[in-house]
Amino acid sequence: MTLATPPTAVDKFSTEYESFVVENSSSPDWLKAVRQQAWSTFSELGLPTKRRGTELWKYTNLQPLADADFAYGVTGSVSLDQMKVVGPWDDAFDTVVVVDGEFSVELSNLHGSTGLDAGSLAEAIAAGTGSVESQLASLAGREKYAFTALSTAFVDDGAYVRIADGTQLEQPVHVVFVTSDAAENRASYPRLLVDAGAGSSVVLIETYVNLAESAQFAAPVVEMFAGDGSSVRHYRVQMENESSFHFGTTRVAQMGNTDFTSTSFAVGASIARNDIHTLLDAPGANCTLHGLYMTNGEQQQDQEISTTHAKPGCSSGQFYKGILSGKSHAVFSGKVVVERDAQKSDATQKDLNLLLSRGAEIDAKPSLEIYADDVTAAHGATAGHVDRDTLFYLQSRGVDEEAAKAILIRGFAEEMLNEFKPPALHEFVEKITDERIPILLAESDTIGTA
Amino acid sequence: MTNQNTISRESDLSGGEYKWGFVTDVETDLAPKGLSEDIVRLISAKKEEPGWLLDWRLKAYRHWVSLYESEGEPDWAMIDYPDVDFQDIYYYAAPKGTNEAPKNLDDVDPEMLETFEKLGIPLQERAALAGVAVDAVFDSISVATTMEKQLGELGIIFCSFSEAVKNHPDLVKKYLGSVVPYTDNFYAALNAAVFSDGSFAYIPPGVRCPIELMTYFRINTEGSGQFERTLIVADAGAYVSYLEGCTAPFRKTSQLHAATVELVAHDDSEIKYSTIQNWFPGTPEGEGGVYNFVTKRGRADKNAKISWTQVETGSAITWKYPSVILRGDNSVGEFFSVALANNHQQADTGTKMIHIGKNTKSTIVSKGISAGKGNNTYRGQVQIMPGAENAVNHTQCDSLLVGDQCGAHTVPYIEVRNPTARLEHEASTSKVSDDQLFYLMARGLSEEEAHHMIITGWSRDVIKELPFEFALEASQLLKVSLEGAVG
Repeated sequence: MTLATPPTAVDKFSTEYESFVVENSSSPDWLKAVRQQAWSTFSELGLPTKRRGTELWKYTNLQPLADADFAYGVTGSVSLDQMKVVGPWDDAFDTVVVVDGEFSVELSNLHGSTGLDAGSLAEAIAAGTGSVESQLASLAGREKYAFTALSTAFVDDGAYVRIADGTQLEQPVHVVFVTSDAAENRASYPRLLVDAGAGSSVVLIETYVNLAESAQFAAPVVEMFAGDGSSVRHYRVQMENESSFHFGTTRVAQMGNTDFTSTSFAVGASIARNDIHTLLDAPGANCTLHGLYMTNGEQQQDQEISTTHAKPGCSSGQFYKGILSGKSHAVFSGKVVVERDAQKSDATQKDLNLLLSRGAEIDAKPSLEIYADDVTAAHGATAGHVDRDTLFYLQSRGVDEEAAKAILIRGFAEEMLNEFKPPALHEFVEKITDERIPILLAESDTIGTA
Repeated sequence: MTNQNTISRESDLSGGEYKWGFVTDVETDLAPKGLSEDIVRLISAKKEEPGWLLDWRLKAYRHWVSLYESEGEPDWAMIDYPDVDFQDIYYYAAPKGTNEAPKNLDDVDPEMLETFEKLGIPLQERAALAGVAVDAVFDSISVATTMEKQLGELGIIFCSFSEAVKNHPDLVKKYLGSVVPYTDNFYAALNAAVFSDGSFAYIPPGVRCPIELMTYFRINTEGSGQFERTLIVADAGAYVSYLEGCTAPFRKTSQLHAATVELVAHDDSEIKYSTIQNWFPGTPEGEGGVYNFVTKRGRADKNAKISWTQVETGSAITWKYPSVILRGDNSVGEFFSVALANNHQQADTGTKMIHIGKNTKSTIVSKGISAGKGNNTYRGQVQIMPGAENAVNHTQCDSLLVGDQCGAHTVPYIEVRNPTARLEHEASTSKVSDDQLFYLMARGLSEEEAHHMIITGWSRDVIKELPFEFALEASQLLKVSLEGAVG
């Protein structure tokens, strides 16, 4: 009945896909099959530019991406000194650096920690390390989701992190995806596979930084497996340049009695989207997803969060905060699904937003989909601005107006900033927030009115 | 009078199951099945409509065809049903002999009056005593309008849509499609093309309508669709409370109901619109039942208020989002809803509050009850446009699950483009607590009675918004609709 319209922008990627297939003809057969399947999914879907009737893309306009062109096979340069400035850095971390989608042995800083296997994904694939073959693209890549399919069609290298059963890592593992400084607009498909063994414990930081000034398109895909009784503390820092497109997919499978907590800090890119889906697949899995997004100018920042309770006795929390200024636009689309058998589930959802200007727009869609009766689920969302009274209170105590405004914004963000525990990381997000506040304020026209 | 009437309805209800499943054997004037430009023309001709209305219908029909061919039926709602075969439906079914509208109640087919007796509509003299003016829509034709004369003295127009087209064409022409244009959505386009009748009310400036206006809708003919269209206009400073009730006979085939309701609330006026929707929900096994795809929207001008209250216990599928466009400064929109989905019922319902004017306020209270294998979705949108300074919205949506085979879903859309707006959204999902049940049962209530009491109490915030008689009926309906879901 529905007349098919041709999928958008498939042509833009098809030539590159064909040459990619030729270049990688020596890849293992299973990987070639994964790519081919993903490509056929993408060529069927195209980019989700049609927003009408498309719940997942209702609020984000992808036309600028569909209109852009990207060069391939161009690489610029990256130095260690640059890396230390543009993103969080600590020499004590086990750091894996991926440049334009490819593992860099020169920039990586690995200490050979016991029980940690961290490095190139391509090497892990070639060597058949751990469960790479069964895990790769098993959580992300087979779904009908355009960016994941596109990225999976080009899966090649990236980072692989495996923590052996029972290993408690003392220092965080830091995976940095860096875009080099080439002048061309380029597309890249960074990939990260994390296999946290039973009873292991790891702090994992995932950072996206960009040294280029041109429009870059990144479609990173992260898959994480949390084994029985493991604990994964995850951070995601997105610092793409202001003309870039960033469409990230994170898929997490949690086994019994696992703790997964993820905190996101998203300030970069022209259009950015972070899709994080967690699957609570055994009793006693707990998952907390939270984050802070700050937008200004004409940025679009889209958070697509979903948690599925597939088994009984799991708990989940989603808590996000946004600060919007200029003519920017943010989306919070949070979803909790409690499946039929997932009794005794506990789920909460919250999204709080601070709007600083008249041109800014927030679209929040905190949804619950519940099929079990013995659950407690609650959600809330608010949007508001800094009113005159609050500002006056501070000013009456001798704080000048500009400082008072900054204090109020910083105060709103503080709760999320404090979630960033590793000191080097905490300092970094605080520094970036403090640099952003004057920019947000410069584009604000309503703070302290009415 | 009222009491007597209510009692008889209660006794109808006590037996459980769907009590409105009788079929009235009335000769009907049927147009051939299927939808085409000819059918649209035929409906218009049967109703002796002016040319401009036929043109409007035809434009709507062409728009619907283009939507049908490009996108098909909307599929974003959380409802699952086989594609509707739009060519297998009667688009016009009129009880025979009603081409001439009845002059008074004596002219009305006695069998039909009996139907309304069974429905418990206070139609005859009791209508006046009950203080209710009724416009009863039977399949697609409005059969009788009571108290028209009394209302006429105040300048209030309350009649069937067809009569309004004949007697008040200027008003109809001015307001038809002004709130829900035929381009609005798939079902609104379909309704605009083939709507057969409905109610029309106009309250002149400064008049407070002294009684509650009421329409009772019923689908009788098998395989027919009902596409009524209601238009209510409250002129500056006017007030009206309008009630709407719906039933359909027990049929194993599904029936399509695609209605459109437009409310226009001019400056300083108020419209209160209450619905009890009890269309046939299908058998407990999920056969048949009404597909209820309804577009309801009101426009509130300066200082105006529109309030929607609905109790939705019927229909196999409900797809309905009564909305308010808060266009004027200081306008107020309210939505109070209890929706129940038992057995195989699926309800995707909620509201839209579109804040355009300054200091606009909206309140949403939604209570969803899921039981049996039912699925209930609250889908509500609150949109704050850039000019809506100091807009305020408070939304509360609660879901209650009765049994472990049902689903309760909440999908709010909160869209804010003005930083001075204040929005609060709260939602919770729970089941009837064992402690509460135990407490009541320890005091001698059966499990079923205890459930009913808890659910009625839980829905109270909404039910208390209904006019008294409706409130009683709503509470009974909840009880009956939940039978079999407990214990």
